[in-house]
Amino acid sequence: MTRTLVVVGYGMVGHRLAQAMRDRDVNGAWRIEVLAEEPRPAYDRVALSSYVDTWNADDLTLPDIDGVHVRLGETALEIDREKREIITSRGERVHYDALVLATGSTPFVPPVPGRDLPGCFVYRTIEDLDAIRAAVEKADRPGRRAGMVLGGGLLGLEAANALRGMGLSPHVVELAPRLMPIQVDEGGAGLLKNLVQKLDLTVHTGTSAEVIERDGGRMIVKLTSGVELDVDVVVFSAGIRPRDDLARRMGLATGARGGVVVDEGCRTDDENIYAIGECACIDGMVYGLVAPGYAMAEVVADRLLGGTATFPGADTSTKLKLLGVDVASFGDAHGATEGALEVVFNDAVAGTYAKVVVSDDAKTLLGGILVGDASAYTMLRPMVGRAISGDPAALIAPAGTDVAMGSLPDDAQVCSCNAVTKATIKGAIAGGCADVPGLKSCTKAGTTCGSCVPMLKQLLAEAGVEQSKALCEHFEYSRAELFEIIRGTGIRTFSELIAKHGKGLGCDLCKPAVASILASLGNGHVLDGEQASLQDTNDHFLANLQRNGTYSVVPRIPGGEITPDKLMVIAEVARDFGLYTKITGGQRIDLFGATVDQLPHIWRRLVDAGMESGHAYGKALRTVKSCVGTTWCRYGVQDSVAMAIQLELRYRGLRSPHKLKSAVSGCARECAEARGKDFGVIATEHGWNLYVGGNGGFKPRHADLLVSDVDSETLVRLIDRFLMFYIRTADRLQRTAAWIEAMEGGLDHLREVIVDDSLGICAELEAAMERHVGTYADEWRGVLEDPEKLARFTSFVNAPGTPDPTITFREERGQRVPVQLGIPEVLSR
Amino acid sequence: MTATTTSVVFPLARLQPNRGAAVLLPGEIQVAVFRTHDDQVFALSNIDPFARAAVMSRGIVGDRGGVPVAVSPMHKNAFDLRTGVCVDDPDVSLEVYPVRVDAGMVMVGAP
Ligand code: SRM
Ligand SMILES: Cc1cc2nc3c(=O)[nH]c(=O)nc-3n(C[C@H](O)[C@H](O)[C@H](O)COP(=O)(O)OP(=O)(O)OC[C@H]3O[C@@H](n4cnc5c(N)ncnc54)[C@H](O)[C@@H]3O)c2cc1C
Ligand code: SF4
Ligand code: FES
Repeated sequence: MTRTLVVVGYGMVGHRLAQAMRDRDVNGAWRIEVLAEEPRPAYDRVALSSYVDTWNADDLTLPDIDGVHVRLGETALEIDREKREIITSRGERVHYDALVLATGSTPFVPPVPGRDLPGCFVYRTIEDLDAIRAAVEKADRPGRRAGMVLGGGLLGLEAANALRGMGLSPHVVELAPRLMPIQVDEGGAGLLKNLVQKLDLTVHTGTSAEVIERDGGRMIVKLTSGVELDVDVVVFSAGIRPRDDLARRMGLATGARGGVVVDEGCRTDDENIYAIGECACIDGMVYGLVAPGYAMAEVVADRLLGGTATFPGADTSTKLKLLGVDVASFGDAHGATEGALEVVFNDAVAGTYAKVVVSDDAKTLLGGILVGDASAYTMLRPMVGRAISGDPAALIAPAGTDVAMGSLPDDAQVCSCNAVTKATIKGAIAGGCADVPGLKSCTKAGTTCGSCVPMLKQLLAEAGVEQSKALCEHFEYSRAELFEIIRGTGIRTFSELIAKHGKGLGCDLCKPAVASILASLGNGHVLDGEQASLQDTNDHFLANLQRNGTYSVVPRIPGGEITPDKLMVIAEVARDFGLYTKITGGQRIDLFGATVDQLPHIWRRLVDAGMESGHAYGKALRTVKSCVGTTWCRYGVQDSVAMAIQLELRYRGLRSPHKLKSAVSGCARECAEARGKDFGVIATEHGWNLYVGGNGGFKPRHADLLVSDVDSETLVRLIDRFLMFYIRTADRLQRTAAWIEAMEGGLDHLREVIVDDSLGICAELEAAMERHVGTYADEWRGVLEDPEKLARFTSFVNAPGTPDPTITFREERGQRVPVQLGIPEVLSR
Repeated sequence: MTATTTSVVFPLARLQPNRGAAVLLPGEIQVAVFRTHDDQVFALSNIDPFARAAVMSRGIVGDRGGVPVAVSPMHKNAFDLRTGVCVDDPDVSLEVYPVRVDAGMVMVGAP
C-alpha cells in the first residue's frame, strides 16, 4: 500500500526532503504531497542576495523533482491529528500518513514604532526583494538614495550589500557594540567595520532604532544615539523566529526560544509528525543555517524508509558572501572551550585579521575567525576537531597557509552544507567527474553556500584535473567577476585592484584583461598613466607585432568604402616608408614592416588625411564588412553600405573580451558573409535580420538568428545591448559563439535578456554603450597630440634614431618582406 | 659593477614602472632594461631566443609564482628578471647585463 507523506513548507529543506525521498524510495512506498505557501517553486534562499544581480528568479530555482505533487501558493492552516488531515488555505483537506513540518522561520521585527509603515521591509523571500526594489524605484529624489538595515549580523550585511547593488547608500544599525557579534570577536569586527565602510556602508553600532516616521516619500529613522537617518527604505534583519505556530496550535511541544521540539530522529511527540530545518528545535538548539536542515531532511527520509538514522549535530561555520570582503568564522570561534588558547595575527596595514582557537595542549584545532582574507577558511574548517602538526601559528601566518588538501584525512567533511567527505569527492573524481559542475551534480558538494568550491577545485587539481575560472595566478576571479568588481567598486587602476582583490604583481594574462575592462568602462586613452604598462605589445604600440619585431598598420575603412583620395594617401605612405601592402580579408588595407619609431610618422600622415586607427591590434571591434546593397546591386533590398558604416562608426574603439567582427549584407544572397560574424545583419524586405555568435577561424560557426525584420533603430539598440552584455559577462578571449554556448539557456536566454529585458538591465546596457559612443576618440590622434606618449615610440632610449640592426628586408614580387631571423637559438617548442 | 664597464646612461624617467625599453650597447648589442613597480632595474638581452626578434623590451613585466618576470610579446615566454632564466623552459636563458641606478640615471654595462 502506498502511504502519503505530506511536507508542509517548500523551502530549501522541504525540497531536500522531497528529493531525498525520491532518490531513495525505489519501491515507491510513499506518495509525496507538498504544501508551499510561497507562490513559486523552492529556491536557493542562501543565494537570495544574488537575485539583485539579475532579477531573474529562475537563476535561484531549485531543480524540479519528478513525481512530487507540489501545491504552490497553498498554506497549511490547521492540522487534525485525529483524522490525520490538513486543512489548507484553499479549503481542502489533505490526508497524511506521515507529516513533516518544514516551515522555516520568519524574520523578527522588533517593536519599533513605525515598523508597519510603507517603506519598511524584511529580507527573506524573492517577493521581499521585489517589494524593496519597487520602493527603491519609486523613491526618486535628488541626490543619492539611502536605505537603513536594522541588524548588523550576517544577513544584515548581506541585505545592506544588496541595497548597495540597487544603487542606495546603506546604513547598518546594530545594537551590539560590533558587527556580526555572533560570529566575530572584537578584534575582527573592528577591521570588518573598516572594510565594509570602504564599500560605502555606514555603520552605527551600539544603537538601535527608536522610532520610524514617514515624511513625504521618505523615512526618518531616529536612533537611540540621537542620530537621525533620512532614508528611502528600511529593512529589518534583526534575527529570525521559527515558524512553530501550527505545531503550537496542535499541542506539540515547542522549545524555550521557539521551535518544534523533536528527538534525534527529528520526530515530534506525535509519532506521525516530524519537523526539520529552521522550524525544528533539536537538542535544545534551533539552527538558522541550511546544512543542519539538510542533515535533518536526510534523517527523516531514512526513518520513513525504515532506517534508524540520527541527527549528527551540526557545524555552524559561516563565511560572508559579500564580494570583496572576506569574513569567516568556524568551530569554537570565541574560545568557549575550557582551557582553549588563541593565536591572533592582526595586520592593520594589510587589513587582515586571523585567529585560531586551539585546545589547551595546542594540538587540536577548535575554531577560528578570519577577516580581510579568508582564503585559509576552506582549509581550516574541515580540520576543526583534528590534530594539527606543528605550530598552530603556522596555520594563519601570513603567506603561510600551506595546509595542503593532501594532509586532510579522507573522512573530513569538505562540504559541510551537504555533509560530503573528501573520500566521496575523490571517489567521484575517480569515477569521471572532471569539473566543479560535475562534482556538484554527482555529490551535491558545493551546491549550497558555495564556500567549499575552492576545495573542490583543489581536489580536482590534486587529481590532475585542472579546472579554474580564475583569470590567472593573481586573481581568483573570472573576467566577468572582475568586470563587476571594477564596475561596482569604482576602482580604476590595476595597482589598486590587485592590492585589494588579487595578489602578487600581475602578469601577461591579467594585465591586458584588466586594461581591456578599464577601456570598456571608458577609462580614458589606453596609454594614459599606469594603463600603458598593462597593455600587450600590440595595444602598447597601437599596431600589430610581426615575426621580425616590426609592426603592421591598418587604418579604419568603415564598411570597406573608401575614396580614391584616401586610397592615394595610403598608397603614398606605403611607398614612402617602404611598407609591404596587402588587401585584408576584412575589406581594408594592411601596411606591414613599420619599425616602432616609424609608427608615429606614418600615422601623422594618415591622421592628417582624415583616417583613424582600425584597431586591428586590439581585442576590439575590427571591421563591419558590407556588400554593395541597394545603391548598385540589382538584388539589394536595403542600403547595406550605409548600415555597415553606421555600425562601424558606432562601435569603433570598443574594447571587448575578444575581437568583434560584423558584416551587413543587402539581401539574402549574403555576399558580405554576415553569418560568419559575431554579429551579422542581413537585409529583408521589411527591415533587418540580426544574427549573433558566428565566426570563421579555428572553429567556424554560423551565427544564429536573434530577431527578424526589425527597423534600423531597433537593430542598433539590440546590438548595443548584445555587445555590452557580452563585454560584461564573457570570459577572457571568449568569442561570442563560445560565450553563448557556455551560457545557461543559450540563445533563448540571450534573447530573453536582450530582447525581452528579462533582467531589467537593458537600459543600463544601452546607457553604457551611449557613454562609449559619446567618449570615443581616435587613439592614434591621442598619441600624436601627447609628447609623453609619443616619446615611447623609439627604437633605443639611448639612440633614438638608430634602427634595430636585426631588421632587414629582401624583395619578393616587387615588395619588401622580412628576412627570416636565422635559425632560432631554440627551436620553437 | 664598476663605472668603467658602464657603457650606456639614460634617465630613469624614460622607463615607465613595470615596463621596459631597449638600449643599444657598442657592438650592436641590444639590451632590454626593465623597471619594476618598486623601482628596481634589470637588464637582459633584448632578443627573444625562441623567436630571434629583438622584442623583449616590449613585453609585460609582472610575476610568475612570485618570480619577477618579463614576458616576451612574441610567444609569451616568461623570463626571470634576476637571472634571465626562462620560467617555462629552464634550459633557455637570456644574458643578464649589469645595471644600476644612480642619481636618477640608469647605467647599463657590458657583460
Ligand atoms: C590581415 C588579416 C589577413 C589578411 O591579410 O587578410 C589577418 C591577420 C591576422 N589575423 Fe586574422 N586576419 C584577417 C582576417 C581574418 C578573418 C576574415 C574576416 O575577418 O572576415 C578571419 C576569420 C573570421 C573570424 O575572425 O571569425 C580571421 C581569423 C583569425 C583568427 C581566428 C579567430 C577565431 O575565432 O578562431 C585569429 C587568431 C585570434 O584572433 O586569436 C586571427 C589573428 C590574426 C593575427 C592578428 C595574428 C597575430 O596575432 O599576429 C594576424 C595579424 C595581422 C596583422 O599583423 O595585421 N585571425 N582573420 C585579416 C585582417 C582583417 C582586417 O582588416 O582587420
Ligand atoms: C538572505 C539570506 C542569506 C542566507 N545565507 C545563508 C548562508 O550563507 N548559509 C546558510 O547556511 N544559511 C543561510 N541562510 C539561511 C537559510 O536560507 C535557511 O537556513 C534555510 O533556507 C532554511 O530552510 P527551511 O526549508 O528550513 O526554511 P525556509 O527556506 O524558510 O522554507 C520554509 C518554507 O515554508 C513555507 N511555509 C511556512 N509555513 C507554511 C505553511 N503553514 N504552509 C505552507 N508553507 C509554509 C514558507 O513560506 C517557506 O517557503 C540565509 C537566509 C537568507 C534569508
Ligand atoms: S548580398 Fe545581395 S545586395 Fe549584397 S551584393 Fe550580394 S546579391 Fe547584392
Ligand atoms: S560547504 Fe556550503 S556548499 Fe559546500
